[in-house]
Amino acid sequence: MKRVKIYKRFERFWHWMQALLVILLALTGFDIHFDWGLFGFEKAVMLHKVFAWAFVILIAFAIFWHFTTGEWKQYIPMPSKTFAMVRFYLVGIFRGQPHPVKKTELSKLNPLQRLAYLGLKILVIPVLVTTGLLYYFYNDWEALGIESWPLAPIALIHTFAAFAMIAFMFAHIYLSTTGHTPLSNFKAMITGWEDLEHEAPTG
Amino acid sequence: MTARRIPRFAWPAAFLLALAGLVTTLVIKARTAAPDPAAPTVTLIAQDQPTGGDPLRGLRPIIPAKPTADHTMFEALKQDFPDGPAVTAACLTCHTEASRQIMKTAHWTWICPRAKKKLEEEHHIAIGKAEHIINNFCVALPSNEPRCTSCHAGYGWKDKTFDFSDETLVDCLVCHDQTGQYKKFPTGAGHPVYKKDFPDGREWPKGSGKKWPPLDLSHIAQHVGPPTRTNCGTCHFFGGGGEGVKHGDMDVKLANPHRSLDVHMAADGMNFTCTQCHTTKEHFIAGRCFEVPAYEDRQFALRGVETNLLACEACHTTDPHPNYPKMNDHADKVSCQACHIPTMAREKATKTWWDWSKAGDKKRKPQPVFDTGEKDYDVKKGEFIWVRNVVPEYVWYNGAIKHTFMGDKIDDHTAHGDVCAQAHGDYDIMDPAKPAVLINRVQTGYDDPKARIWPAKIMRGIQPYDPVNKTLVIPKLFPSGPDAAEAYWKSYDWDRSIKAGMAYADLPYSGEYDWIQTEMIWPLKHTVAPMDAALACSECHQPDARLATLTGFYMPGRDSNAIVDTIGIALIIAAIALSLLHGLARIVFRPKGNAA
Repeated sequence: MKRVKIYKRFERFWHWMQALLVILLALTGFDIHFDWGLFGFEKAVMLHKVFAWAFVILIAFAIFWHFTTGEWKQYIPMPSKTFAMVRFYLVGIFRGQPHPVKKTELSKLNPLQRLAYLGLKILVIPVLVTTGLLYYFYNDWEALGIESWPLAPIALIHTFAAFAMIAFMFAHIYLSTTGHTPLSNFKAMITGWEDLEHEAPTG
Repeated sequence: MTARRIPRFAWPAAFLLALAGLVTTLVIKARTAAPDPAAPTVTLIAQDQPTGGDPLRGLRPIIPAKPTADHTMFEALKQDFPDGPAVTAACLTCHTEASRQIMKTAHWTWICPRAKKKLEEEHHIAIGKAEHIINNFCVALPSNEPRCTSCHAGYGWKDKTFDFSDETLVDCLVCHDQTGQYKKFPTGAGHPVYKKDFPDGREWPKGSGKKWPPLDLSHIAQHVGPPTRTNCGTCHFFGGGGEGVKHGDMDVKLANPHRSLDVHMAADGMNFTCTQCHTTKEHFIAGRCFEVPAYEDRQFALRGVETNLLACEACHTTDPHPNYPKMNDHADKVSCQACHIPTMAREKATKTWWDWSKAGDKKRKPQPVFDTGEKDYDVKKGEFIWVRNVVPEYVWYNGAIKHTFMGDKIDDHTAHGDVCAQAHGDYDIMDPAKPAVLINRVQTGYDDPKARIWPAKIMRGIQPYDPVNKTLVIPKLFPSGPDAAEAYWKSYDWDRSIKAGMAYADLPYSGEYDWIQTEMIWPLKHTVAPMDAALACSECHQPDARLATLTGFYMPGRDSNAIVDTIGIALIIAAIALSLLHGLARIVFRPKGNAA
């Protein structure tokens, strides 16, 4: 075993800030949608707007970070090992088999994580942000030349993507317990350090 | 690696800085929203107040200007006038053009002047109270003149023979009296009570023992001035045959309103007169006339450059909420009135249901509805529903209202519920299974760029119609003229009164009558409340709230899609359930001796 710094400072900050904003956006967004009365419509809309802009800024920084550090490569899918990973979650994990894919500093995401996070980054979040911006700038659709669009599909896609995001969040929280120990991933995302098996193959 | 040269706190610090920057910008923007130089509005002045809040602060009430002429000094007015026309003749000796100006306007002709040409082309008729207009209050003017024309700005329109070209028949005093004493007698065809005819006063209502005293016309003629709220209210507060009956946003309380009732006309506030918004030029007063909108554009307007200041935007601009851009965004589809007239008939009740078919039951005892004297029944008029301080209904409205005219064929078989999905029950007892005639209607919707959501009083009722000719009929209600005995309020015989009314109006009547439900829309525009009484977002952005019945558009908070919500919630439940199952399985099948 080797103790390595797997998550850098910005990465951890970005992760937890994103988590916080996603939760706050969900609370305010679903308060608007379901009339929960948590904040009340007016306050919920105002807060949702503030959190949304914070999220957009965070995303801008994250994109910059991913490209300047080369970390974007962590999300390239590994088709050859994907099935093995699925098999591990369905079977291997119950038999105490080792993870089929080694976690290293240079490849810290397993094939399923890569697929899930890539989907989040290139599909769910862009859809949420785009529909959110369209929703917010509804009165400027005429200037964009899309005044004939109805609001309903935009609103419904935004809502659906939000459901998907929250479903992901629950699955993500659970799957974080499938690491080396139930809390090892969680601790790593806080401290940055994790005990990894040595990169050199060990018998 | 280049990344190492960047201090390790750089990224989070940069993000926090950016976030702080954003919040600071928003806060500063909200605090010191730059005034639009082209918009000297009430809200602009509110921005100047560091604490915000009361937009009236810093604005002084309007003090009426002192006139340059003292009418008590004029020789022409120092006489014992026998009647109204004699006063008018005296007025005309100085104000030589006044009658001719009035005679071009709807206050005299009871026909929409601006609309005349357009409507004649469209409908081949002129329209106004005097021609073709029918309603679901006292139905129509023909054959009922002496009662209806007690609100005509003239003297003696008692039947078709009235001379519309006689300048002395214009009633100057009803609009210009400043003593508050001038009152036209309710059944006098526009005349007040004269000393020569009724030296001891004239009784009204008949049998009540209450006397209307004869007027001191000389004193009144010497005390005239620009129209006050009371002048306009003499007629407009009493539309539909009684105080507050017709409009839902106009009653005697507006003569001297509190700020909470009307923020503009408040006697202790801005003290607007009606003509402040209903701008007047050569006796032509701006306003809607049936199918013709009150104004075409909703733009900031300069007094003197633009003669019509009726649109709120004329003074308040199109961006009246400096700190709430989302509220300004609403202005394309939501009228100012929708949020700023929170309830209708706020202080005095208005009628929302009038069932003529129940009239004539001399044994039925009218029951009081409110402490202000409204009754649920009148043997002459039938059954009523009165409401006070209630949530209005909401309609798409573009300023124009289409009418069903006298003699128009009506649909007397389609169930009302199939035509109009409006919820019923609060203000009326309309039966959606039976047909209903929309006497006027707002033929527009979300897709009309000029249409916005308006609060409205919807008047519903039951009135007579001809089931053979399929037309609404005009009953002669008021006993006057040679066939006074035929009038319903004399004979209590609908057949006779309809025969007389239709013959007078020169319209065919089959001899059969029946009852039909009718509906009329009265958009609310008056009784704008102070800012702090404006509706909260959630009054509409909620399922089953104020806008529940408006369709054709998606509204956040109100609308949702069952499929999206069901699949979405199922996704979340599935994620949680699978996680729990998987976790449970991991515990159950935990390999012995394994650290994990």
